Amino acid sequence: MKRAFPILAVLTALLLTYSTYQALVIAPTERTMGDVQRIFYYHVPSAWTAFCLFFVNLIGSLIYLVRKSSKADALAVAAAEVGVVFCTIVLITGPIWARPVWGIWWTWDLRLTLTLVLWLIYVSYLVLRRFSDSSQTPKLAAVLAVFGALDVPLVYFSIWFFRTQHPQPVIGGGGSLDPRMLHAFLINLFAFSCFGAMVCWWRYRLELLHREVEEMESLESLRGVTQ
Amino acid sequence: MSPLRSITLATLMKDIRLEWRSRDAINSMLFFSLLVVVIFSFSFDPNAEESREIAGGLIWVAFLFAAVVALNQTWARELRNQVLDAYRASPAPANALFVAKALGNFILVSLLEAVMAPLFMIFYNLRALGPAWQLIPVAILGTWALVVNGTFFAAMSLRTRSREIMLPLLLFPISIPAVQSMVEATRILLAGDGSARFWIVLLLTYDVVFTTACLALFETILQAE
Amino acid sequence: MSAPEIPAAASIIIVSNLIKQFGRFVALRGVNAAFAAGKLYVILGDNGAGKTTLLRALAGLAQPTRGEVSILGKNPREACRDIGYMAHPSLLYDEMSGLENLRYFARLYDIAGDGRCQEVIRLVRLDPELTRPVGQYSQGMRQRMSLARAILHDPGILFLDEPFSNVDVRSAREMVELLTSMRDAGKTIFVVTHQAALLESGADEFVWMQAGQIVERTSGLASSPSRAGAE
Repeated sequence: MKRAFPILAVLTALLLTYSTYQALVIAPTERTMGDVQRIFYYHVPSAWTAFCLFFVNLIGSLIYLVRKSSKADALAVAAAEVGVVFCTIVLITGPIWARPVWGIWWTWDLRLTLTLVLWLIYVSYLVLRRFSDSSQTPKLAAVLAVFGALDVPLVYFSIWFFRTQHPQPVIGGGGSLDPRMLHAFLINLFAFSCFGAMVCWWRYRLELLHREVEEMESLESLRGVTQ
Repeated sequence: MSPLRSITLATLMKDIRLEWRSRDAINSMLFFSLLVVVIFSFSFDPNAEESREIAGGLIWVAFLFAAVVALNQTWARELRNQVLDAYRASPAPANALFVAKALGNFILVSLLEAVMAPLFMIFYNLRALGPAWQLIPVAILGTWALVVNGTFFAAMSLRTRSREIMLPLLLFPISIPAVQSMVEATRILLAGDGSARFWIVLLLTYDVVFTTACLALFETILQAE
Repeated sequence: MSAPEIPAAASIIIVSNLIKQFGRFVALRGVNAAFAAGKLYVILGDNGAGKTTLLRALAGLAQPTRGEVSILGKNPREACRDIGYMAHPSLLYDEMSGLENLRYFARLYDIAGDGRCQEVIRLVRLDPELTRPVGQYSQGMRQRMSLARAILHDPGILFLDEPFSNVDVRSAREMVELLTSMRDAGKTIFVVTHQAALLESGADEFVWMQAGQIVERTSGLASSPSRAGAE
């Protein structure tokens, strides 16, 4: 396992270089939107990565609730933190893209709204983790993650129906994709997934180390008192 | 009567009796609700047509704020003198406590809504153009949606610093689909603009899903120390 | 002056390697102990020694970080009907009278009728007819009513955390009398207190705690040289 991480890191670095080249140089300029459209290669893959990481957090939280495994909890917190970062990227790139192209900063379309709600839920998750007494944090946070997961389909349906009643502009638009654009998009999707996985893994290892240090410190004080 | 029902009822009656004895809390909450309605009226002063469009949103935001004030203070009573420990040490099931608290909150918040709603109707000259009776299931399901999660998250907040801010911080994101449903349904019914059926069904689904989740997980967070 | 070894068969409470952490702070550092039935134990120690944490872990209110507490062979939550708990906060509702409070707690323990509630209030030398809300009681009355709540369901084991704190002398003496008579009737009682002198004659054993561990158990109040040296 230890050897896999540097390999992943190198692979990710190579992929990201290649995908950036693809996105910024190789892919053709969009006819109507111009170069701003290239943000699409970062906006959507970030969303995909964020959603995957939140899913990982859910799995970790469920495992923790069932098995009380400290490693599952460490994975959950790592996935949540990195997921929030990618989610923030989506929320920032969205308006940056929308404003010059469609003249609006924001739209309540399905993807963007769902991303915003997920971002809110997971920021509240991180705040809960920070504000609760550390012996019970994993349990409370895991419960909140479950609630968040139950909420997501309900959010999806409410936005979906709202949109059919009040049609909103969609960032990204429909229409077919030039095969070179599709190629660039898929490369970026893969590169971002690897990048997200790598950072999450890194954070996970950091969390495990942090807990190990805490364990050792408390074991020391345990041994320090004779009798 | 099964012990679960009997304990739930006893706890609910005890809470009502305590609330009645310290009437200041209810009075100040009622006054707070009145203030919220008045301030909203100053801020949004539309004509009748527009008001029907936005009233749904305004009313439920006002209810949300009033609910948070109420929710925060119902668990506060259990923390004074650490009475919650007495419950936790007893064989009484955790869910009986949860249901009793949730029902108590439901009654309290409904009381606040009963005061605020007529005021809204007066200040905004509201009249329902759609089937007005449907506002009742919307109000009941919507209030329960806020109260069931609110009671749960208020209990979670007991174990955190900055307890009062923690509750709305946890509650608001999770409540988004419920609030959207309430607001849309109210707007549709007031404006007579189509069927509110989808939103009512979504509210019902939300209530079922989260009531189940709360009942399943309450014991876990109650015994967390 | 160490207490004699307790044979395992007579132990109704067994604590094995109990560790309790609050974040980085280790409140209990591996407590091992066995306690026999029908005795009055007094737990002593400086502030921060872990006395309250130990009591709460025994009563099932605090989950161990590691280790185990066994009460009558079960974990504390399962044994809750056999456990009574009392602390320095009264664990009572200030706005209700003593009897109203006990009526509510009786429902939690599935105890029917007023009889037991009134009996227990009289046992602590208070008046069941008193309609004054508990919030207006003196500290001595409040602690006695809190004790009444703790023994309402007639538990075999009692955990009392600072029951005599800020209590007037008469109330304190009456509580001590009640506790010793309950011990004589076969109950097992644990008292955490800074006022050990009150229980000097009544207690069976003194359990000394320091820095999250039990450092000594004596049958008299004067501590042995080994404890005085351990700093």
